[in-house]
Amino acid sequence: MKELKLMKGNEALAEAAILAGCDAYFGYPITPQSEVLEYLAQDALERTGMVVLQAESEVAAINMIYGAAGTGKKVMTSSSSPGISLMQEGISYIACAELPCLLVNVVRGGPGLGTIQPSQGDYFQAVKGGGHGDYKLIVLAPSTVQEMVDHVKLGFDLAFKWRNPVMILTDGALGQMMEKVELPVQLSRTTEEPDWATVGKPKTRERNFITSLHIEADKMQEINLHLQKKYREIENQEIRFDKFECDDAEIILVAFGLVARICQKAAQLARQKGIKVGVFRPITLFPYPSNELNKLADKVKGMLTVEMNAGQMVEDVRLSVNGKIPVEFLGRMGGVVPTPEEILHKLEEKFVGEMV
Amino acid sequence: MNEKTMTEEQYFSEVIAEENICVNENLVFEKPETLLDTPMHYCPGCGHGVAHRLIAEVIDELGIQDKTIGVAPVGCSVFMYNYMNIDMTEAPHGRASAAATGIKRVLPDKYVFSYQGDGDLAAIGTGETIHTCNRGENILIVFINNGIYGMTGGQMAPTTLVGMKSTTTPFGRDIAIMGNPLKITDLIAQLPGVYYATRCAVNTPVNVRKAKKAILNGFKYQELKKGLSFVEIVSNCPSNWKMTPVESNKWMEENMLAYYPLGDLKVPAKEN
Repeated sequence: MKELKLMKGNEALAEAAILAGCDAYFGYPITPQSEVLEYLAQDALERTGMVVLQAESEVAAINMIYGAAGTGKKVMTSSSSPGISLMQEGISYIACAELPCLLVNVVRGGPGLGTIQPSQGDYFQAVKGGGHGDYKLIVLAPSTVQEMVDHVKLGFDLAFKWRNPVMILTDGALGQMMEKVELPVQLSRTTEEPDWATVGKPKTRERNFITSLHIEADKMQEINLHLQKKYREIENQEIRFDKFECDDAEIILVAFGLVARICQKAAQLARQKGIKVGVFRPITLFPYPSNELNKLADKVKGMLTVEMNAGQMVEDVRLSVNGKIPVEFLGRMGGVVPTPEEILHKLEEKFVGEMV
Repeated sequence: MNEKTMTEEQYFSEVIAEENICVNENLVFEKPETLLDTPMHYCPGCGHGVAHRLIAEVIDELGIQDKTIGVAPVGCSVFMYNYMNIDMTEAPHGRASAAATGIKRVLPDKYVFSYQGDGDLAAIGTGETIHTCNRGENILIVFINNGIYGMTGGQMAPTTLVGMKSTTTPFGRDIAIMGNPLKITDLIAQLPGVYYATRCAVNTPVNVRKAKKAILNGFKYQELKKGLSFVEIVSNCPSNWKMTPVESNKWMEENMLAYYPLGDLKVPAKEN
């Protein structure tokens, strides 16, 4: 029989990191994700030999990640919005140097110091770049504590498959709430050294060096073209999404993370009133499931995107649908979580009149 | 044939022929294996080349080329990985010691050093420098202090001397506006995590030998897992000081070394 545990999102994620055979965690406290570092500080070292170090800042933490990721080890950090902003320079370096690592953003409301309440206000930062230059993170958006667990191993696998930083974009509510989870088995820490890693140069190979500096324009363009080619390939292979009662739906709610679950409830309420509503949930925010949304647009009358921000992912929904159908938006900000009732109300206000 | 009866031509072709001269027992100077053949981009008279070579010599002598990982900074030595025949990482500006921490923590049995200039280590990276030293990371930090930003073209550094002109202090560094030059090695020598802190130079043969000894100490203490070693090398910048190499060395001795005196700032206590 499966063993189920009741765990808080942040702690479940930390446990999943130990179980995934993570080699090192470097981080700095910030609400609402400090439990990750606190949990790992308990006994991760004892259990697997995993390095756990509290850095003096998020800037230091991401650069410890940069150094350690260059050795080919499985390394991760976590933070929340303002801390992730501080890490952006390092993330850009890591993306350009093509180092695998796992980053976790337990998003809180912004801008500025904002609030410690949940938000999805960092969608643009995570998906469109965040730091300087043309680069992409692979972005995973869990909607349950179980996915907070599952996305850790998935994140490491994708990071090493593509030599690319992966971000788990979650929020303060998922980080703090408790749900039942099924934990995976303990994986041993790998002893493999990738051929690009800086681990000390044996006589048998040329030196390895990790850099994102290419002074000559042609060379830098070549690096960029290589990265863009990789990102297109990631778009071909790694799109993940979830659909809830979309088959006969006339209206689609589009949402990621926790909000998608609230949308499911809203869809159920709508169906009780005879309105056929489905929910489309992107799991990968980059690569984005644009083709799926575009295909869905041929079958439905409209879409309502619901987010805990002022309207960020809705831009990608509109790009995907490309004007075929109206795409409406409902957003709550500053830590306010939308309710199923207000989603239903918005949906009726925007679409039900037309349908009659 | 007797050498005395040889013609000059015979003497050159038979006695001091290349194959007779270029033999191991006559070898007095060679490129360390840890140094690559790549021509360095440093300006004539710059101390970076000597400092690189000293690190390479020490790595060769300790036989740790296969166990050493270096971290280059942002600044003139950003391309250090093009000159050193070891695995290296080029860190963001100021963050070399954080990157070195990350490497050392996951590879505790390897040798890790960072190589950083004054702007990198003592301005933008001060936080990382202090905390890396305070944690007593078991690494070596080599700190090149030439009192100026070289790569960006001669702006004021945290270590620029009072009255010293730079492109951003065109009338000389004024304490009232920019504060005093930062003696960061004195500062970090106070931290318990620092095992060894010393200030050297590479302007004379004697100082070069002392600097090499200091770097050697840094690697040896790392082998013994003693904590952090910090080797400051006071250097020159002929291009941005707008001097000839010889003038710059003289100016360095008279001015830089007066404010940054050479010598040990922290040495290991005698262990009996």
